Amino acid sequence: MTESITTDRRATERQTPERRRQPREPFVEFQDVFKKYGPKAVLRGATLKVYRGEVLVILGGSGTGKSVTLRHMLGLEAPDSGRVFVEEEDITDLPEEDLYRVRKKFGMLFQSGALFDSMTVFENVAFPLREHTDMSEDEIARAVREKLELVHLPNTEHLMPVDLSGGMRKRVGLARSIVLDPQVILYDEPTTGLDPITSQKINELIVDLQTKLSVTSVVVTHDIQSAFSVGDRIAFLNQGVFEWVGTMDAARDSDHPKLREFLKASAVVAAQPSK
Amino acid sequence: MTTAPILDDSTAPEAPGFFTRVRERADNAFEYVGGITDLAMQTIQQLRRGPLERPLLIAQFEQVGVRSISIVIITSAFVGMVLALQTAYALADFGGKLFIGMVVSLSLVRELAPVLMSLMVGGRVGAGMTAELGTMKVTEQIDALRALATNPVRKLVVPRVVATTIMFPLLTVISIALGILGGMLIAVANLHLAANFYMRSVITTVKYNDLASGIGKTFFFGFGVSLIACYNGLRTTGGADGVGRATTMTVVTGAITVLITDFFLTKLFLFLF
Repeated sequence: MTESITTDRRATERQTPERRRQPREPFVEFQDVFKKYGPKAVLRGATLKVYRGEVLVILGGSGTGKSVTLRHMLGLEAPDSGRVFVEEEDITDLPEEDLYRVRKKFGMLFQSGALFDSMTVFENVAFPLREHTDMSEDEIARAVREKLELVHLPNTEHLMPVDLSGGMRKRVGLARSIVLDPQVILYDEPTTGLDPITSQKINELIVDLQTKLSVTSVVVTHDIQSAFSVGDRIAFLNQGVFEWVGTMDAARDSDHPKLREFLKASAVVAAQPSK
Repeated sequence: MTTAPILDDSTAPEAPGFFTRVRERADNAFEYVGGITDLAMQTIQQLRRGPLERPLLIAQFEQVGVRSISIVIITSAFVGMVLALQTAYALADFGGKLFIGMVVSLSLVRELAPVLMSLMVGGRVGAGMTAELGTMKVTEQIDALRALATNPVRKLVVPRVVATTIMFPLLTVISIALGILGGMLIAVANLHLAANFYMRSVITTVKYNDLASGIGKTFFFGFGVSLIACYNGLRTTGGADGVGRATTMTVVTGAITVLITDFFLTKLFLFLF
């Protein structure tokens, strides 16, 4: 109960007057997206809008297509049918070379961090800068240091990914994904496999980055505490369809049976039996 | 009270028939060949886009070329020695000792050195490439590259294919030289021929067209083996088990490709030269 009040307050604090006044302009839009892998249909008509400046949490059980949704946003996967729009541009049929332009708008934190294991932490974070900018080595070093401090990992530049813990890997992955100052950050299961304290730190980091960088964030998770810590809205994915989309408060009051069951299992609604 | 049947056959999926399985296999084979062809086209397209990153290329030259020299030396020297012994034995009744230089050099230059070197180095290098790229694939590093707006073909495949295509012919030259020296060691030490006589026999036997045919083939072997290795790595799925399967497939497919391509290239080169 205490936890949910705290997280509510945090979410309200982030809703600055300027942000609330912003027109609801979708940054990413899914229209009736279907995707099959072999005989298994993962997305079965997914429709969703991610608005500029918000933190949208995609919630759902394991294997319901949450990560696949993120991959479609980046164009890492193409839908079998349906359309995906990024800033009103239809990216569904774009060739790989044109998708690179779109992907520069995004930063993605992969579930495992996906650090390049042949490179040091510094080289990992510097990689996008070396690939896409003409910055000098001094400027790159400054930018890398700044981003590593932002994820609370100063003085780790010389370490190899193999020397890092799971939480540190994710934070380095996060530093790498924000080093080009993207407009949207996609988080794929940011707290999975981490202990509660590290999970909490990652949640705080997501909120912190949201405040400092004013980006749009999409967080895929099945961790309810994490969802309520960071999110403005929830999109509940069940059997390949977004069955319920709404604010965190509305989610608590929702009578959608699956979502209720999901929240109950994490004691989010059990704490408020009257609702 | 009713009891449920222990095994209800009606719900068990039907095993696919013979023709279905044949068709599935054929589909997979076509998809595989199509995938490799597509990767070859992308590699050539990326090559035409401009200069490659030198550090990446140099790292691959070292990995494919320098680190393979020891196995090339050992394999080639012993093949040359065995060839000399076998030739002397097989042609003993015809005064075969005198033809050892000729037989050893011609067999090595035209066939044995290129093919054996390609099989040995192809196995070593190809397995390494597939394991490396396959691990990157299953740990989402390839996706991370794409998400960071970087082309994995340009970054990972092109340096490997270029390095292997250039290094195979160079390693073949080393292989030929070492094989001929191995043969000479046996010819001199075991069969009591003069080193001078052996070398003169080698030089008068081997013509430019033999060298062109033998060494020329390995450009294609290098290109093919590295493409197969990279393709298998990039399509790896299923964790450590998947990496293991992909690596095995590279070694087997690479070796078969070398042997089959060798036949057609030999026919072609015999026609050309």
